[in-house]
Amino acid sequence: MNDVTAAASVPPSRSPLPMATHAASYMEPPAKVTAHGLNFYYNDHHALKNINLTLGTNRVTAFIGPSGCGKSTLLRTFNRMYDLYPGQRATGQLMLDQTNILDPKLDLNLLRARVGMVFQKPTPFPMTIYENIAFGIRLYEKISRSEMDGRVEKALRSGALWNEVKDKLNASGLSLSGGQQQRLCIARTVAVRPEVILFDEPCSALDPISTAKIEELIQELAENYTIAIVTHNMQQAARVSDKTAFMYLGELIEFDDTNKIFTAPNDRRTQDYITGRFG
Amino acid sequence: MAAEHTAKAFDSDLQELTRLVAEMGGLAERMIVDAVAALIRRDVALGRRVVETDAEIDSLQRAIEERAVLTIARRQPMAIDLREIIGAMRVATDLERIGDLAKNMGKRVSALESDFQPLKLIRGLEHMTDLVQSQVKSVLDAYAAHDLPAAMNVWKGDEEVDAICTSLFRELLTYMMEDPRNISFCIHLMFCAKNIERIGDHATNIAETVFYMIEGQQILDKRPKGDMTTFATTVPGS
Repeated sequence: MNDVTAAASVPPSRSPLPMATHAASYMEPPAKVTAHGLNFYYNDHHALKNINLTLGTNRVTAFIGPSGCGKSTLLRTFNRMYDLYPGQRATGQLMLDQTNILDPKLDLNLLRARVGMVFQKPTPFPMTIYENIAFGIRLYEKISRSEMDGRVEKALRSGALWNEVKDKLNASGLSLSGGQQQRLCIARTVAVRPEVILFDEPCSALDPISTAKIEELIQELAENYTIAIVTHNMQQAARVSDKTAFMYLGELIEFDDTNKIFTAPNDRRTQDYITGRFG
Repeated sequence: MAAEHTAKAFDSDLQELTRLVAEMGGLAERMIVDAVAALIRRDVALGRRVVETDAEIDSLQRAIEERAVLTIARRQPMAIDLREIIGAMRVATDLERIGDLAKNMGKRVSALESDFQPLKLIRGLEHMTDLVQSQVKSVLDAYAAHDLPAAMNVWKGDEEVDAICTSLFRELLTYMMEDPRNISFCIHLMFCAKNIERIGDHATNIAETVFYMIEGQQILDKRPKGDMTTFATTVPGS
């Protein structure tokens, strides 16, 4: 009856109180890409230092951090983009399911078919809209014209571009607006049926409406693809991603649920960065 | 407190919010003291001043909300800044309610016509007010200083207020049973006691907001409660 005596005692210090747990309500998905002790070097420059993290299957993972922190470098290791340049090398372990991405004997074309990439500036090929999509498919598959028509339409639909271009598939890809070009690049990436899509600041050259379309597209794509996105726009990371990684000076400082990172991050450096208190 | 923002204007936005909350808190504290003093001294003019002060509190709350909304729109605050702004809005809401409760007591002063003034009751009310007022003061200090231990002391310190409220209720009941002419007076005092107790609850709400601002999480623990007014009967077993 007298609940005064049963009153919970509250220590005057920080933390030992029972607290609400953050919305980790959804199940952790199986790992798609796993980095373990990953290091990266531009010649002598140690650009990534002992990175350990996992991209969950069909989840969106955002990478944030100041310029030069290594987030784009990390993204470029996921499909060995760096192999194009001499003097750049990665050590440690980086797995795509059971495949060792860093294996020197790995077929890079096959890897890049599985891990597609969309860049900061839209990069349509100087050919028709149709050919922009068909070109990539032909690299990997030999299919009939009618089958190809179907694949092109499907890809353009996944890129949320079909309705805008269905009557001008023979127009040049370069005739599209910036936002449309970027969606064309996404469609081109999706067309070869990758498992992972990497976005390197995909909206930084786009207006807010095109940005909103791409963001919506990213969320739709996450139903079928594992997505990693590098962005300088913190609100964008907060909107589109499930997990967020904060990187600084080549280190992974904090990696957690996006909701947690943007409301109550653990690390002081994360907090200073996302609240605009850096340096 | 965290270091300065790269955008200095953001810091001034936040400081202005904190300043407005402090101003509002000062007004609310004064309203509590004045309302109870007016009650005890039957000072109708002072009671009326308390009622008038409520308009200032209300306008401060609007100012805080407007500034908070503007700051959110302008800066898209994250993490500690976001919690700071949401915290200011929540504290302002509690202070506005405290103002309403004090105003309600101020209104009752003119209704207390009888000369009946049992000293023990008045002492009880005064003691309760002192406690609640110091709770409000401590929690506002804790809010301004981001002092979590101090806020937690307020959070768990509310049960004494509840216990006094319960004993006042019992006593008021006995007076009412003794002489029906006391009923009107006692009912008014009963509402005042309840108002003060409610003000104490708002102080604990503010303590919870301070916890949220500092820790980034909500308190899930049950607060110790001393409010037994539902059992405040004079006839055992009834």
